[in-house]
Amino acid sequence: MEPSTRNFPGNAARALADHQLQRALAKVPVGFVQKRADARERLPEFEDLRNAGRDIKNHTLQHLDLYLTEYEKRATAAGAHVYWAETASDACSIILEICRQAGARVVTKGKSMISEEIGLNAHLAASGLDVVETDLGEYIIQLRGETPSHIIAPAVHLNKEQVEADFRRVHADLAEGRSLTEPSELVAEARQVLRQKFLTADVGITGANFLIAETGSSVIVTNEGNGDLTQSLAKVHVVIASIDKVVPTLEDASTLIRLLARSATGQEISTYTTFSTGARRPDDPDGPEAYHVVILDNGRSELLGSAFQEVLRCIRCGACMNHCPVYHAIGGHAYGWVYPGPIGSVLTPSLLGIRQSSHLPNASTLCGRCEAVCPVKIPLPKLMRQWREEAFESGNTTAGFRFGLAAWAWLARHPRLYRLASRLGVAMLKLVSGSTGRLRWLPFAGGWTRHRDLPAPHGRTFQALWAAGRNQDQDRQDKS
Amino acid sequence: MRKARFKRPDPPPQTGSRARERLLDKIRTALGGATVDELRSAVVKDRLRLHPANLVPARANLPGEQLIALFRQMLESQAATVIEVETPRDVPAAVADYLRRSNLPARVRMGQDALLRRMPWQQESAVECLDGAAEAGDAVGISHATAAAAETGTLFLASGKDNPVTLNFLPDTHIVVVEQSKIAGSYEAVWGRVRASVGNGPLPRTINLISGPSRTADIEQTIVMGAHGPRSLAVVIIRQK
Repeated sequence: MEPSTRNFPGNAARALADHQLQRALAKVPVGFVQKRADARERLPEFEDLRNAGRDIKNHTLQHLDLYLTEYEKRATAAGAHVYWAETASDACSIILEICRQAGARVVTKGKSMISEEIGLNAHLAASGLDVVETDLGEYIIQLRGETPSHIIAPAVHLNKEQVEADFRRVHADLAEGRSLTEPSELVAEARQVLRQKFLTADVGITGANFLIAETGSSVIVTNEGNGDLTQSLAKVHVVIASIDKVVPTLEDASTLIRLLARSATGQEISTYTTFSTGARRPDDPDGPEAYHVVILDNGRSELLGSAFQEVLRCIRCGACMNHCPVYHAIGGHAYGWVYPGPIGSVLTPSLLGIRQSSHLPNASTLCGRCEAVCPVKIPLPKLMRQWREEAFESGNTTAGFRFGLAAWAWLARHPRLYRLASRLGVAMLKLVSGSTGRLRWLPFAGGWTRHRDLPAPHGRTFQALWAAGRNQDQDRQDKS
Repeated sequence: MRKARFKRPDPPPQTGSRARERLLDKIRTALGGATVDELRSAVVKDRLRLHPANLVPARANLPGEQLIALFRQMLESQAATVIEVETPRDVPAAVADYLRRSNLPARVRMGQDALLRRMPWQQESAVECLDGAAEAGDAVGISHATAAAAETGTLFLASGKDNPVTLNFLPDTHIVVVEQSKIAGSYEAVWGRVRASVGNGPLPRTINLISGPSRTADIEQTIVMGAHGPRSLAVVIIRQK
């Protein structure tokens, strides 16, 4: 997918003015947030599980080379074909070749964020394959030619009336007078249409929530069962998974599974969690005849051992964006690439480079909710600050920003001037605000004052108040 | 039936071991020049061999009846129907009754599972049994769970000729039979049993953890049942010890 991360300010402004989008986004903070809080309430060990989750991922990353080769050994022994892809285009070529050798025409897909990352659909479609997303949200955005706006709820930016219009447009062979006003009617129609695709698909592609070194298994988690129909009905099952998906054992996967759905949707566990090991066995009556696993790097290995290693713990639950006030305001598309929200603000610069994504680490108030809810305790605000520093150090900030910061730094290094300037500034602001005590407009801060007034200072600077307070403390201590 | 339709595809071309080696080298370099030394290997081998449990929630350790009650309550809170019977002999009548109440045809598809096959479907009910993997248009599939974890009301189903995987997803209604003795507290306890049953061999092609009927909330976060998989899930617990 072509990133539009450079246009973040414009994207965000457009999102704020988009009434349809704002209507859809209003549901995010109430639904996901409350449900997660309830699930956490029901499980007293939840906070300790977050520590356990963090530790499992840290341990695995420290031994990543070994766990990947152990995974490969056991997967291969169970009949899997394992491939290693360094880049997005390597992964796309490998999967296209698998589809070709299978003589595939129709390819069904379970939801996979890294398939979005590598642009897999476009690559396969360019070779004439009919690629069908089967997760309902993904199916809807595929019909619209859009990308996901949320990593677990790809169509969260849409209202049901928009979905109805798309279904009427695309499912043109169905009765015109049919009712499609309720979500249940829309779901029933998608079920009917996609069932035919499942039954005719030659290759089924899924992602993986985990790869298990102990057993050579891949794991997917869904509520719809679409991933399972995808991987059980086609004659070939292809899994695409990034290197950070491997975990040591079934026990470790179990711990992370306890965290995943509770953090994501507030469910105790997702409806379907599927462990796949090898292809169908000789006397199995169903299941795929071949099972391929593509292990993708695409820049992740460079994060190992770097200041950003901790982002590789992510299990893609979406809790950080569900709890982010910036995400609530602008939705996922404004971020301009596959991963929105706080995790995107850290991951996107890590994978695309800070040059074209320098706005993203600033798309945060650093309120800290994302870190507080992260199931593997990724210090997202710290990592965003780190990217801000790197953007500055590497000259990837605007001239105005750099000038302002340099001017402030110069002033801050000259305490007398600083005190004088702030005394003057404060007095002036008080004067300008008059009797209201509020400023309706301020030079260089129009972005702030356009939407609200700025409370005016009362006449003394912070340093003056501080000094006065210290003197009072001193007086009190002297008296006692 | 699917078996005959496909021939095994040729193994696709390898991208060569060069990509593999380069990727592993990058990882080792990034980890500070880590080598495959004995200490690191031993740590990994031990973890895989001993597979230590991490934190297991206390609710998984509830005693006897309370654990079954938790299992039941979890499944029901995830929109499954739970039916209890005393012995395997009682299952067909209970299934027939459920189908009647749900206005479903008295026809179920099942695999070769010995427990299911021994049940008196003809004598105790008028339920017709179809054989093998699920086909498009099947209304009801019935499976025998290999185990269950009460902590989240989760059934574990192993694929194979006994319980074909498509039965879990294609039919509109899925019925799963599980003996009370197979209901453990935690996922870890179930994995212990699974390991014991496969020995040194690989896991079955799929192990499906199922905790309710298929659902989606992709349209305006409204939960709708029957997204792609079964619209309803009924769990029959055989209470006989």
